[in-house]
Amino acid sequence: MQLSVLVIYLLAALTPWLYSKQQARTANILALLPAALTLWFASHIPLITSGGILVHEYAWIPGLDISLTMVLDGLSLMFALLICGIGTFILLYAGSYLKGHKDLARFLVTLLAFMGSMLGLILADNLITLFVFWELTSITSYLLIGFKHESADARKAALQGLIVTVGGGLALLAGLIMLAGAGGSYSLQEIFNSSEVLSEHPLYVGMMICILLGAFTKSAQFPFHFWLPNAMAAPTPVSAYLHSATMVKAGIYLMARLYPELGGTEFWINTLTSFGALTMLTGAFMAVRSTDLKKLLAYSTVMALGTLTLLLGLSTELAMMAFAAYLLAHSLYKGALFMLAGIVDHETGTRDVTQLGGLRKLMPITAICTLIAAFSLAGLPPMFGFVAKELLLESLLKGPVGLLIILMVITSAIFVVVVAAVIALKPFYGRFVPQARTIHEAPKLMLAGPVVLTTLSLLAGLFPAVTGQLITLPASMAVAGQPIEGYLALWHGINLPLLLSIISLAVGYGLYRYWDTLRDTLRILNPIIERGPEAGYFRFMQGIVIVSEWQTRVLQNGSMRNYLRTIILTFVGVTGYTLLWRYQVHWNWDVSVYLHEIVVVLILVSAAAAVSITGSRLGAVATMGSVGFSVALIFILFSATDLGITQILVETLTVILLVLVLFRLPGFSSTSTPAERGRDAFVAVLTGVLMTLLIMITIDVQLFPSISDYMIENSQPLAYGRNIVNVILVDYRALDTLGEIFVLALAALGVYAMIKFRPDTQPGANHYAGTLILPPKQVPEKHLVLSLDERKQIKEEQIRAEKLRIKAEAEAKIATETSSLTASNSSNATEDDSLNTTSSDEQSNNSESNKGAQ
Amino acid sequence: MMKPGTLILHVAARFLVPLQLLFSVFLLLRGHNEPGGGFIAGLVASGAFALYLFTFGAVMTRDLMRIDPRNLIGIGLFLGMISIFPAWFQGEAFLTSQWWPVMLPGGNEIKLSTPLIFDIGVYFTVFGSVMLMLVALTETEER
Repeated sequence: MQLSVLVIYLLAALTPWLYSKQQARTANILALLPAALTLWFASHIPLITSGGILVHEYAWIPGLDISLTMVLDGLSLMFALLICGIGTFILLYAGSYLKGHKDLARFLVTLLAFMGSMLGLILADNLITLFVFWELTSITSYLLIGFKHESADARKAALQGLIVTVGGGLALLAGLIMLAGAGGSYSLQEIFNSSEVLSEHPLYVGMMICILLGAFTKSAQFPFHFWLPNAMAAPTPVSAYLHSATMVKAGIYLMARLYPELGGTEFWINTLTSFGALTMLTGAFMAVRSTDLKKLLAYSTVMALGTLTLLLGLSTELAMMAFAAYLLAHSLYKGALFMLAGIVDHETGTRDVTQLGGLRKLMPITAICTLIAAFSLAGLPPMFGFVAKELLLESLLKGPVGLLIILMVITSAIFVVVVAAVIALKPFYGRFVPQARTIHEAPKLMLAGPVVLTTLSLLAGLFPAVTGQLITLPASMAVAGQPIEGYLALWHGINLPLLLSIISLAVGYGLYRYWDTLRDTLRILNPIIERGPEAGYFRFMQGIVIVSEWQTRVLQNGSMRNYLRTIILTFVGVTGYTLLWRYQVHWNWDVSVYLHEIVVVLILVSAAAAVSITGSRLGAVATMGSVGFSVALIFILFSATDLGITQILVETLTVILLVLVLFRLPGFSSTSTPAERGRDAFVAVLTGVLMTLLIMITIDVQLFPSISDYMIENSQPLAYGRNIVNVILVDYRALDTLGEIFVLALAALGVYAMIKFRPDTQPGANHYAGTLILPPKQVPEKHLVLSLDERKQIKEEQIRAEKLRIKAEAEAKIATETSSLTASNSSNATEDDSLNTTSSDEQSNNSESNKGAQ
Repeated sequence: MMKPGTLILHVAARFLVPLQLLFSVFLLLRGHNEPGGGFIAGLVASGAFALYLFTFGAVMTRDLMRIDPRNLIGIGLFLGMISIFPAWFQGEAFLTSQWWPVMLPGGNEIKLSTPLIFDIGVYFTVFGSVMLMLVALTETEER
């Protein structure tokens, strides 16, 4: 199984090479791999149906409990079949859809990488591995959604999807770590088999919130649903793949996977059912308002995702059966519908259903497939969608939910019927709407996917018992974590769910007849929708920009003194607080000192005092040097030879560096006011006092037994060195030293870069950086980030320009008046100036200006 | 800023640079048992070239060094990194020190080891970093 994931990545890496050899045929060749994988996974169906699971263990980073162990059970089998099966047709479809596109190779690489990540995600047993694959799907889907990277909309949608899902991913990581901590292992199987009752763990609610945040963002649950319709900026194959079986189902998969460990509690039931129902309603409602085929489908996907969450929330065996059936049904019909919508778009050039009609005769296969798939979407017999919908209604009526949620579900069901009717009927039936181009049926390879998927949808519906036995029931059992007795059937007899189905179909079709009026009526709700979660997202993003602008102004204002003050005061505040409140300071004054020590200290102190009051820069450097050498002397007095030597050398080189730098500076002058200097002195004294206290406490308080004895004892026998300082540097603590030399090298390169490279950047050169994440109307005209000084400067310039203008005007006026009075200096006056002058003046003016022209 | 060096400085620098370099190597190699080590030795070596730099300027110092200070940094970091791996090949944790005592003719033994390689890496990194800053500053000064 590890191989199945790796081989996809490997193939992705080889794709550019393959493309250079095979050009347009590449996609078809690539499709062989997921096809083969589908067969390989299908060959495990007998094992899974007999109740077994397939485990391939592989240690990855044993030291951190991270393994690449992969597990195939009912749930992952169903997902694997969907991912590989639909993936095959998506590749075929994409090869035709993007035929001749210059970036086709790049597209195929990303698509394969995404497929591999998704497969890894659903097979992984280890929580960390699962998370890694989870993030990989986010990143690859970002690349896929933003495939048309020249379009600003695509970039924005891709970034929005990424920010929302990765933001949730961050919460998920925290949740998974809590889960591992509570369950005692990073392995899902071990957590499942352990006797820990996670729902009674004190961290239960915390970890649930974190994990659900991850799952909800990924699976576009309300209020995070807005990124999914926006992601329709992607090419259609991507939408078909990401939104039918894969990316957005990842969150659903995770919740299903963790259901045995975390599910079934009151918190779980309430959260999932309410968010699920809300998402259902939002998706269905927004779908009815849309006229874009892909938007219709996208919102109906949101609705389906809500349904799946709701079913997981119900936590009954019946609900689990419904869950698996609905998931399969949705993947089959939604994959087909997206591809069909892509075909319509591809052939006609528009996706707006109000601009389409009567295509049935020109595209018969597309029309029939759409009709069948839409039947499944609407839940009409004998499609598999009907089986799933019946189960959904039945489990809902028997489930632990209130009337409100049942009403929400039925409303959504009605809306979905409208959506299905719009998709299936509007473009293909009715009056033919002429299009700009000649329309013909799509190429075979593009039709392959929809045809196969709709056929499967139909077959699964006709033989629900077989489908249930082979695919969905094992998946339900894997979700429930226990065997389930049951079977899927098309006909349950005349009961309440069937009645509800019929009612929703009838009402839905009725609403479809008045769809245009319905949309017009719903338009009055637009102001509310505009203030929905997406507006919240944009406000949040603006908030981030505002906060970063503020903190840049406060913290990163480019003044070295401010930086130092901020850093030092933070340090003093945090450390000082801890010091005074957490530790009792014992004064340990009885230190015996020798005379020469006092002398050195006196030199030190007086040098330090001198450096802060000296009026000469060179004097400051020299006195700083004597501070350093005094410190070195102290080191040597206390027999820390190595430190002493280092201090002397560093001190020497510092003086050299300072001298080199100081020569570049303008003459010494005092630029700060006495008050500022007083404040700086206060900060300095505060820091000095704190450091002194810290050192005294460090000597006084011993929290752990000292390790110097160990080092002294073992330096000779273990590290073969008598100089303990050096042994610590290069052996005991070599990793630290390694880090330090890298820091040193980076610092040197930084200095080098500052001195050598001076690009001509202007302040605010990067001021469009934030525009990608903001809505279009918010794009700032001028600089987004301006410091106060810059603002002041601009203002002053404006005022100055204004003054100059007024002055120029006044001068011009005076000049005019004088010219009208005395014709002698009117050679530079314009014709307008002399409009109200006397005729003689005018004549002279003209003659003068003529002279000037000559 | 650099005046044409005085005669005494000229002569002294020519003699002191090789001596100081020799001393730095001495400090580097004795570091494991006596005060010294890669860091100190690197600083001493930079001190040697700093003296030369002040006397003869950046161009001549670059000529004398032959290797660009940036490459010295690279060599240093590379040596530091490769000293990690011998332990790994032995199946031990990274950075576990490995010793290869070599008997020299005449009965003396020298101990080659990964800490020694590491220390030489530190030496070159420190040397290169300091020289990079000093030469860059001097060059802008001379321009």
